[in-house]
Amino acid sequence: MRKIEVVQNILGANESIAVQNKQILDESGVFALNIMSSPGAGKTSLILQTIAGLKDRLRIGVIEGDVASTLDAEKVKNEAVAVVLITTRNMPESCSLTASMIATALKKLPLADMDLLLIENVGNLICPSEFVLGEHRRVVISSLPEGDDKPIKYPMIFADADAVVINKIDFLPYVEFDIAAFQEHVEGLNPRVKFFEVSCKTGAGMENWCAWVQKEVEASAYKSASLNISLGGRGIR
Amino acid sequence: MGYSVLICYLPGMHEFEITQSILDITLNKAKEAQASRVTEINLVVGEWSSFAPECIEFYFDFLGKGTIAEEANLHFKSEPAQLHCRNCSAVFHPQNTQWVCPKCQSQILEIVGGRELYIATMEVE
Ligand SMILES: Nc1nc2c(ncn2[C@@H]2O[C@H](COP(=O)(O)OP(=O)(O)OP(=O)(O)O)[C@@H](O)[C@H]2O)c(=O)[nH]1
Ligand SMILES: [Mg+2]
Ligand SMILES: [Zn+2]
Repeated sequence: MRKIEVVQNILGANESIAVQNKQILDESGVFALNIMSSPGAGKTSLILQTIAGLKDRLRIGVIEGDVASTLDAEKVKNEAVAVVLITTRNMPESCSLTASMIATALKKLPLADMDLLLIENVGNLICPSEFVLGEHRRVVISSLPEGDDKPIKYPMIFADADAVVINKIDFLPYVEFDIAAFQEHVEGLNPRVKFFEVSCKTGAGMENWCAWVQKEVEASAYKSASLNISLGGRGIR
Repeated sequence: MGYSVLICYLPGMHEFEITQSILDITLNKAKEAQASRVTEINLVVGEWSSFAPECIEFYFDFLGKGTIAEEANLHFKSEPAQLHCRNCSAVFHPQNTQWVCPKCQSQILEIVGGRELYIATMEVE
């Protein structure tokens, strides 16, 4: 019997595919957002609003990680330049997109005719925080009816986010949601995060959000962003 | 305009993909060491990692069949969560979900440990 030192990160396989995805995107000049939230917080709605706000200026493609149905892809198919639906046949419990799913999806997208890729991850606040996809920015949506305690319950996904979108602000009169306390919690873990307060229903806040997306896309056209995949607390101690 | 459909045969649960990686790394290392059998695999899983050891074991039984690691025992060592205070630089283990620095009460904190997932060592014959 022999003992072998291994010390090898198990997520390394996913991360190397993510790095390749990012290279493919960079070479094609496509900027990618990984959009994550719990089920129903408004990922598809935000994608539709973003396309509506930016389609005159940017060519936008979408990857839909709707693992159990075709509903979300149906909603966006007429709006985007191209849509790829990632689904898991008869196995609806898949809980996150992975870099290899994105690698396959990228082959089906007309990257040369795109500027922006919006990726709708699976509705879940835990698993997607483990799998980087090769995205340029990580976006987490929290909606008012879910309550303001999500950063306490699911800190990892908020700690890694570049932007947090607080959606359904039209619910403000009806629900208890302390926006300042929510932001303070997220900022505690993640001081560089950007916040957006929006309603995908009324369109409130969309100008700000779309302006940020456009600015990020344009900035990346000059200087390719660094590989943003070493997420805190995952290194080997 | 239409859309293309990609079907991924991932049987749910993100542990499946992870278990395949564990097996790949194990078999690679065993081959390098010219081993004929893997008996023990020692994994480190952070307290805040979302991967469930039971699920990894379940998938390992299935994926490892017919390989030289098929009878390997999986051992999981938990690595405690760690926060770093950005205000006073203390490093501490949070006692509950209200994360506060025990030294200066600051809530400006950085996650520095607890999300690990790696193979530390293995034993082969
Ligand atoms: N009142 C209100 N309803 C909203 C808002 N944004 C989304 N909704 C509604 O919330 C529901 C869920 O929105 P989706 O965009 O489908 O959410 P999702 O995150 O894509 O959901 P899954 O893909 O199922 O995880 C829909 O009925 C939307 O119309 C909003 O700002 N205000
Ligand atoms: Mg959706
Ligand atoms: Zn402190």
